[in-house]
Amino acid sequence: MTSADHAHDHHDHGAPTSFVKRWLYSTNHKDIGTLYLIFAVIAGLLGGAISIYMRMELQDPGIQYMADGNAWNVYVTAHGLIMVFFVVMPALIGGFGNWFVPLMIGAPDMAFPRMNNISFWLIVPAFLLLVISMFVPGTGGADGTGTGWTIYPPLSGKLGTPGMSMDLAIFSLHLAGASSILGAANFITTIFNMRAPGMTLHKMPLFVWAMLVTAFLLLLAVPVLAGAITMLLTDRNFGTSFFDPAGGGDPVLFLHLFWFFGHPEVYIMILPAFGIVSQVVATFSRKPVFGYLGMAYAMVAIGVVGFVVWAHHMYTVGLDVDTRAYFTAATMVIAVPTGIKIFSWIATMWGGSIEFRLPMIWAVGFIFLFTVGGVTGVVLANAGVDIALHNTYYVIAHFHYVLSLGAVFGIFCGFYYWFPKMTGYSYNSMLARTHFWLTFIGVNVTFFPMHFLGLAGMPRRYIDYPDALAGWNYVSSIGSYVAGIGTLVFIVVVIEAFSAKRKAGDNPWGEGATTLEWTVSSPPPFHTFNELPQITASKGH
Amino acid sequence: MAHEQHHPYHLVEPSPWPFMGAASGFVLAVGGIMYMHDLPFSVPVMIVGLALIVATMFFWWRDVIREAQYQGHHTPVVQIGMRYGMALFICSEVFFFLAFFWAFFDMALYPRLGTWPPEGIVTFDPFDLPLMNTLVLLLSGTTVTWAHAGLLENKRSELLWGLGLTVALGFIFSLLQAYEYSHAAFGFTDTVYASTFYMATGFHGFHVIVGTIFLAVCWYRAYKGHFTPEQHFGFEAAAWYWHFVDVVWLFLFICIYWWGA
Repeated sequence: MTSADHAHDHHDHGAPTSFVKRWLYSTNHKDIGTLYLIFAVIAGLLGGAISIYMRMELQDPGIQYMADGNAWNVYVTAHGLIMVFFVVMPALIGGFGNWFVPLMIGAPDMAFPRMNNISFWLIVPAFLLLVISMFVPGTGGADGTGTGWTIYPPLSGKLGTPGMSMDLAIFSLHLAGASSILGAANFITTIFNMRAPGMTLHKMPLFVWAMLVTAFLLLLAVPVLAGAITMLLTDRNFGTSFFDPAGGGDPVLFLHLFWFFGHPEVYIMILPAFGIVSQVVATFSRKPVFGYLGMAYAMVAIGVVGFVVWAHHMYTVGLDVDTRAYFTAATMVIAVPTGIKIFSWIATMWGGSIEFRLPMIWAVGFIFLFTVGGVTGVVLANAGVDIALHNTYYVIAHFHYVLSLGAVFGIFCGFYYWFPKMTGYSYNSMLARTHFWLTFIGVNVTFFPMHFLGLAGMPRRYIDYPDALAGWNYVSSIGSYVAGIGTLVFIVVVIEAFSAKRKAGDNPWGEGATTLEWTVSSPPPFHTFNELPQITASKGH
Repeated sequence: MAHEQHHPYHLVEPSPWPFMGAASGFVLAVGGIMYMHDLPFSVPVMIVGLALIVATMFFWWRDVIREAQYQGHHTPVVQIGMRYGMALFICSEVFFFLAFFWAFFDMALYPRLGTWPPEGIVTFDPFDLPLMNTLVLLLSGTTVTWAHAGLLENKRSELLWGLGLTVALGFIFSLLQAYEYSHAAFGFTDTVYASTFYMATGFHGFHVIVGTIFLAVCWYRAYKGHFTPEQHFGFEAAAWYWHFVDVVWLFLFICIYWWGA
């Protein structure tokens, strides 16, 4: 994104002139962050297109466009895996994390710049493997993996999906997982070892705190997924029976291992968004964030408790009632630190001099919509209630409110906040507002009716539904088209900003933007902080 | 660099190895999938992928050693960063093994086939070869510590002997483990007992081989005089990794070989 303007920026020393050296062999945190962001946008367009295709199919009862229920499941799987591993994580962690963790702590780069690059390049073959998996044999003579992103056996086993599609998906996760683990070690080392003089842990911007907790979750959760899918792989191809009752194994073991990874994974996706929203709310309220330490340690608490709530995804597999009681209680405990964050954002705005510029609109949208998703999360935390709602569209509505309307709003919030910094250009505010409102209206029209559909008993992962549910399904599909148009407007915003080349200035947000990235030029020089900054004032977050 | 650098961190020059490593990983994954589905040319594809990965690792670490040895990039603060990196990597490895121990305990504590080990499975006597292996690994833990002491006190021959013995003991462990596998009374596919046993001990064995190679490289570097009492993080990383492999074995021995039998 920034290559064109870097070339004639007089600050710019040391950037390799060869394209291959600069973009394929990169050891620069900003360039690698840019690569991650471009990758996430491309994957996001694919994942988003698949979701609109799915809504087209569900717009009316009956089967419209897709071959059969298996094809539907293949799209469910592709949409889920793409959005989790190839959009949200690369954008928030690889993209904004790489760009702004070193800048915010006053470090000249990441701790392991070369390893940083393999973290990026590993997700490209991982993505390729996943895309190829849609076009090779899966089950019953049809192509693709129809297991959903949770890849539960026995459907993901040798009998359920005998074709190589499943093995491609498994190796895709192996490569993406290796990328995440290396990236996590890199972030933790950078944050612990490379803070500028005076930048104590308790002075770090909250985005950096968010990335620190996220990196720990990645480091400890992803290897467990790697172990689980390795066992799945040997069950499928080498005759082991971890998840096969015929040999004394049990598919429920896979569910436990998967969700021991999977639950931290959902916090991995949302914590960086928390961090971005904290920066943005403080900036545009022109106040330091309310309850800084509480905000930081709330994220630590969410990270820790997030490791001991996994079985709330498995209330219907026949868990002991005491086990379900524990997981219900532990899950609801998470609402406490989450509530601390929501109320602290509101308290930050309270009495502030609020400017509703674009990042702030996305941040306020995030707070509102994430709260809706959080509240339905508390509903679903109850094992008794979940028995009725499990695998219905109520769950779909819940996790899209926290992810699609939470994490993705966080991505756009960060994008509009840091775009001027990363590129040196400002975007067209009117166009960008159009993007926000189309997205805001579109996703709410898409996902809010899903609560009603779920309560009416509409099951997820199914290509058709009874005629009685046609009304809200129609509304939901219309919403997805609106959001889709919003995404096209987003592309126009980016193209317009790059062609208009309006200079943004080093700090377009004024005195509320106190973190270190606003002290360097826009775009920043290839190497920042050759002279380390000294942090003296207590501000900084 | 036009700008003078006024900080102790290491800004690495652009490098082709990460890109090459990721591409080789793709080749190996595709070869593996072809192999699992009996497609032609799968083995050559896997060999090419593996060879490319090995080459990537060789060149990458060659560059790291050059940066440390001849270019002076590994300042004290960079070395601290490497300590963090290695410690965090080992943490993630612990959680990788957690998955296999989880599978083992789930199956052993709640045996789905009625008993553990399942009927018809004849397990190893833990106080036969497994105990021998435990002693071999524990001894190798002491020899690597002896080598470290020799390094710190600038006693070159103690360093070389200690490291050499550690590598030899690691090799002996692998041989004994291979001997044990070849005389097992149960095959890889014989019930979930065999699944958990071979998966956990197999991945441990793989880590022993990796650790042995790591230590052997350190022996060569020690022989070449790369390590000083002040700066020898490569050696320390190998020793940490070796102790980690040792501790995993103790858990395997106690839980799977002894209690689980």
